[in-house]
Amino acid sequence: MTQTVKETAVASPDTVDRAGSTPEELQPFAELGLLEDEYQRIRDILDRRPTQSELAMYSIMWSEHCSYKSSKVHLKQFSEKAPKNERLLAGIGENAGVIQISDELAVTFKVESHNHPSFVEPYQGAATGVGGIVRDILAMGARPIAVMDPLRFGDAEHPDTKRVLPGVVAGVGGYGNCLGLPNIGGEVVFDPCYQGNPLVNALSIGVLPVDRLQKKEATGAGNIVVLLGAKTGRDGIGGVSVLASATFDDGSEQRRPSVQVGDPFMEKLLIESCLELYDAGLVVGIQDLGGAGLTCALTETAAAATAGMRVWLERVPLREPSMDPHEILASESQERMLLIVAPEKLDEVLKIADKWGVLATAIGEVTDGDRLVITWNDHTVVDVPPGSLVDDGPVYNRPMREPADLILLRADRAETLPRPVGPDALRETVLRMIASPNLCDKTWVTEQYDRYVLGNTVLAQPEDAGVLRIDEQTGLGVALSVDGNGRYARLDPYNGAKLALAEAYRNVAVAGGKPISVTNCLNFGSPEDPTVMWQFAEAVRGLADGCQELGIAVSGGNVSFYNQTGAAAIHPTPVVGVLGLIDDVATRVPIGFTPSAHPEGDLVFLLGETRNELSGSEWAWVTHGHLGGEPPRVDLGREKSLAEVLAEAARVGHLTAAHDLSDGGLIQTLVESSLRRGVGVKIELPEEFTAGSMPFVYLFSESAGRVVVAVPRGHETAFTALCDEHGLPWAAIGTTEAAGDAVEITGQFSIPLDELREAHTGTLPRLFGGAASFPGPSEAAAVAAGASEAPAASGDPVVVVGDDSAPDSEAPAEEGLPAATADSTQAEPSSEDGIAAPAAE
Amino acid sequence: MRIGVVTFPGSLDDGDAARAVRLAGAEAVRLWHADPDLHGVDAVVLPGGFSYGDYLRCGAIARFSAAMESIIDAAKGGLPVLGICNGFQILCEAHLLPGALTRNQHLHFRNRDQWLKVESTSTAWTGTFTDGQEILIPVKNGEGCYVADQRTLDELEAEGRVVARYIRGNPNGSQRDIAAITNERGNVVGIMPHPEHAVEALTGPSLDGLGLFASVLAHLAGKSAAVPA
Repeated sequence: MTQTVKETAVASPDTVDRAGSTPEELQPFAELGLLEDEYQRIRDILDRRPTQSELAMYSIMWSEHCSYKSSKVHLKQFSEKAPKNERLLAGIGENAGVIQISDELAVTFKVESHNHPSFVEPYQGAATGVGGIVRDILAMGARPIAVMDPLRFGDAEHPDTKRVLPGVVAGVGGYGNCLGLPNIGGEVVFDPCYQGNPLVNALSIGVLPVDRLQKKEATGAGNIVVLLGAKTGRDGIGGVSVLASATFDDGSEQRRPSVQVGDPFMEKLLIESCLELYDAGLVVGIQDLGGAGLTCALTETAAAATAGMRVWLERVPLREPSMDPHEILASESQERMLLIVAPEKLDEVLKIADKWGVLATAIGEVTDGDRLVITWNDHTVVDVPPGSLVDDGPVYNRPMREPADLILLRADRAETLPRPVGPDALRETVLRMIASPNLCDKTWVTEQYDRYVLGNTVLAQPEDAGVLRIDEQTGLGVALSVDGNGRYARLDPYNGAKLALAEAYRNVAVAGGKPISVTNCLNFGSPEDPTVMWQFAEAVRGLADGCQELGIAVSGGNVSFYNQTGAAAIHPTPVVGVLGLIDDVATRVPIGFTPSAHPEGDLVFLLGETRNELSGSEWAWVTHGHLGGEPPRVDLGREKSLAEVLAEAARVGHLTAAHDLSDGGLIQTLVESSLRRGVGVKIELPEEFTAGSMPFVYLFSESAGRVVVAVPRGHETAFTALCDEHGLPWAAIGTTEAAGDAVEITGQFSIPLDELREAHTGTLPRLFGGAASFPGPSEAAAVAAGASEAPAASGDPVVVVGDDSAPDSEAPAEEGLPAATADSTQAEPSSEDGIAAPAAE
Repeated sequence: MRIGVVTFPGSLDDGDAARAVRLAGAEAVRLWHADPDLHGVDAVVLPGGFSYGDYLRCGAIARFSAAMESIIDAAKGGLPVLGICNGFQILCEAHLLPGALTRNQHLHFRNRDQWLKVESTSTAWTGTFTDGQEILIPVKNGEGCYVADQRTLDELEAEGRVVARYIRGNPNGSQRDIAAITNERGNVVGIMPHPEHAVEALTGPSLDGLGLFASVLAHLAGKSAAVPA
């Protein structure tokens, strides 16, 4: 489409005057993704045809990605149903929600998607996804302190997964590691529904003194508009508007050069310079540049302040001098921020930028009135009311219809499938399940992420939640978990969203956190498909209701539509992040059983109730390729009492370990808790689960609202009394075996930890290559010999993205974020030119 | 005692190194890459990170910074200098240490808790360890594969300048499992794993990393009692 526009370009740009005098000139609005009546509305607003630059701007800002035109009517439930929250300093509609955690401190966190770019160019797509969410956090005035990455791929055995996964993982690591942000958790999920549409979501959290909270309003006529950071290039132009409405087909190979390329070093300098500017009190307003680039940042900052703005576009530092004005406005070059500063502070701002080696350029000023006027070499190319781009976009209440196959799908229950019965069959099933791609050990992935940098990581993957120390003096900290289950949501989007919320909430509680806020990334197919729209509406309703029941609120998030290849949409995949508070991180509870002080081990309890719930389970999928029935029942009242019990038990020191039950059921939890620190466990099946296939049900059911805890002897009476007080069912099911080295289910099987470990850890290295380790010292000579012949490739790029100057600059685009009352926030697809990725630390 | 921690653009573990210095009982002095003044510090730590983005060879640009010019001179005069990860790479680029750190053999960034065996306790940074002591500290790098020509490796071995080796698995393919080396004088040490991430029970796999910082303080205390470096 960019090409179409270029072909119509003339030697001098399309100016406002020219637009006024050539009302009949044909414009490529349809190619830009605008409908006929949307185009007419632009003409009505301007009382003339838009210039080429204006048309580009409207098409971007009114795209699904930026305007939330299909999701807005549903997302407002997040605000309407939200309980009052005095901690919330900034919420939906801002770059990220900000939650106060002490008298002096606040945290801000949000999850976003970067799905489409990551399919086209896995390394850079994932890398710039991290970069984008980190800038959102930075724009709130916070220092980013960690990232998490919920990732979903196609079938683990599929050849294309071997292309996508290693690139995505290296990209998440390459960018986050180079920014110095610990990666503290996430998900790695495989399902064929994501084969053509991997989901690469990225979450970031930051911390700020409450009085450093930043605004995006461009207030104060005469204040200067400063562009900070990287130069502007031709990357990602048009991607947001056009490709946000496109699905993948055979042409995506040609789009590769247009995916934005990240420069994490520049972003690191941008972070440090912005923080220094905040602390010096030099910033009136700030907005990051992501999807829709300058267009979005200029219109949003001006609209937020109901101010006008005057911009001299030729002042924007360019990577490619031949760029046209509309290209400069649409560019998604990465690592840029827009600042509003008082004129008398400009010199100080430039000095700090110079200290960090970051480019800072005054490109405009805030004006009275309500027009955004942009000139390019004395030609007026834009003259619009900024609010018309931000707030007056189209809103659709799209048709919705329950998928026709849903009744049949839900009738096809996994509870009727043949089950393994008897010790041998159960043992074999256990070993098969813990080695399956979704349940196996993810060290192959997480070893590529720095979890230690900044020195405040108290828990990280594979723990249930990431736990960060915020205040070194008091021990105040946060726990974060991010979860989703597309299969559950496919079977029941309303309860599937609630189940995702319940799991993240539970994971935070398990680690010892009190849940206080929610973020979400809603990954769905095309909103133009009524059945997808129904799934979306149901999921939003479920999440909003769930938050209301739990008494916590969504503070921000992101919607990603058009996740489909051809007619096949992904499973509806709401991914939910929950933030919890821990008064003293020293009380956090890890998942691993620990060597007990008592010779007979700690006592193991199962909290919650186990039902015959196998539909949508990992077992049904792995052993039968089955997806049908109804997902596990969700009881948020139970989740709440579970969380209360866990928080209190952690605080008083009743627990040496706690681990949530989810995919894979009880046995998965026991195996993970045992392998974590090499401490075995011996379990007695309750009477009612001993006959027939009931041992199987007990071990593999995915009933929600359950947690395994280890309680040191002497604490059991107080602990069970605490459970009783909260009406929480509990069962003493066994003991940890400090001296033992097996997971034993009495009367069924005993599997040595070594055998479990081998099964659990072998899968990803087998699929994606790379031995878990180099040979030990005895084989050192062989290693040394190999090394001397290996290319000493220090500084070699991991990925070099090819011809970046291709004219058909189409980045598959992307989403936006839930903006319930205004569409003033957006996601961050992103861009940058062809710099090799950093290879090492 | 005052121990300097240099911040280059792209340094990431500078805060962690400063914290480790404080926990060891010394004053951490932050040094800026563009400032040649070392502010009279008694020792210097070059922290981990990606200095100047490391888009060229790791450490290749940092080596020419104003602060490094001063540090190179001071190191030649006996100032204790510890290079961690990127700092080790910088020390090699500055030719204060021999050899080079190249891409991990498996080509992945790798972060894990790593066992090391301390093989030299006669450096400024390892005096409080015992010979052969096994310690657990995190390793995290993409270019941590130590390489040098055979003669250099043989010399390092013969002169007892291999300070620590990887045991129970070599995380990056380093020749002869080398994790840390020192210069002839023993005042400059480069180590690939991160001792500054093993200084608190709450956040690290052990407290073993503190030993390096405690060692340099003991070394400096001994030196102020007029023992030559």
